[in-house]
Amino acid sequence: MNWIKTILREIYGLFVDDGTFALAILIWLSFMRWTASHLPLSPATSAIMLFAGLALILIESAVRFARRKRQTIRKT
Amino acid sequence: MGIGWAHMGTSVVASFLASLVECVEALTVILAVGSVRGWRSALIGAATAIAVLLIIIAALGAALTRIPLPIIQLVVGTLLLLFGLRWLRKAVLRSAGLIALHDEQAAFAKNTETMRNLGTGHTAWDKVAFAAAFNITMLEGTEVVFIVIAIGAGGTGMLLPASLGAVAALLVVIALGLILHRPLARVPENTLKFTVGVLLSAFGTFWVGEGMHLAWPAGDWSILILIAAYLAIALVMVPICRGQSQAPAFSERQS
Repeated sequence: MNWIKTILREIYGLFVDDGTFALAILIWLSFMRWTASHLPLSPATSAIMLFAGLALILIESAVRFARRKRQTIRKT
Repeated sequence: MGIGWAHMGTSVVASFLASLVECVEALTVILAVGSVRGWRSALIGAATAIAVLLIIIAALGAALTRIPLPIIQLVVGTLLLLFGLRWLRKAVLRSAGLIALHDEQAAFAKNTETMRNLGTGHTAWDKVAFAAAFNITMLEGTEVVFIVIAIGAGGTGMLLPASLGAVAALLVVIALGLILHRPLARVPENTLKFTVGVLLSAFGTFWVGEGMHLAWPAGDWSILILIAAYLAIALVMVPICRGQSQAPAFSERQS
């Protein structure tokens, strides 16, 4: 049954390697779902906001990784 | 008609490229197993795993037709976003030299050594070879199944083009494996992952938007706009991340 555990671990790894990154995506999607039904935004504006938020999360996460890498290199 | 082609074309390409990456990784291990311990058990192990995966696709595909489309789009789109953006982020960081590239030659050498250390093979039935080939095909195949279902679940009739893309990738890799008999070291894996990350992120964003009943400004053609936008952002991010790290770039094959 070890291979089932390995496969389950691999499946989890498919979606998550940086927990903060994955969590930020989920929070943004939940927020957008809430705004779609509670705020008087046009559906087109919401669609653009959805993409813009995801793009920002991607940029922030990659830049954060790069900065962390720089700090690691400086320490060593 | 144009809308159908925009969806179908991108589905086939996304599924083909994503599956190609996974199939190449599986091929590396199967070649190592087969060349050290014998081909019979290795190939039976891989074929058994492919049969199991096909049953999973058939079962999940049938089950998906019973769930309302907006729910599938929201759930699958969310998973596709987690998966696609993770790939895209990693591909950007690899291109910026911040993460080492995957080396198929090194993986082949490592797996060959492991197989040699597990005792004698070449018997009529080699459990080690069967298990190793089955496991790697199941592992990489599960990713392919997810990609096919995720891309195919976004709309009616999309499962077939997504499946065709995956089958085409499998056939290409099998053909190359038969011809070359060595790992496909020259496959530009990070370029593929970069492209697939862009495509899956665009699909995920589009499906989630549809699942939330948002209106994309250009309708179904927005998927092409999303692809272009993610690609532009990712390409701009590579030099930015390189600059932020202020570190010497890793060599192409450093591990």
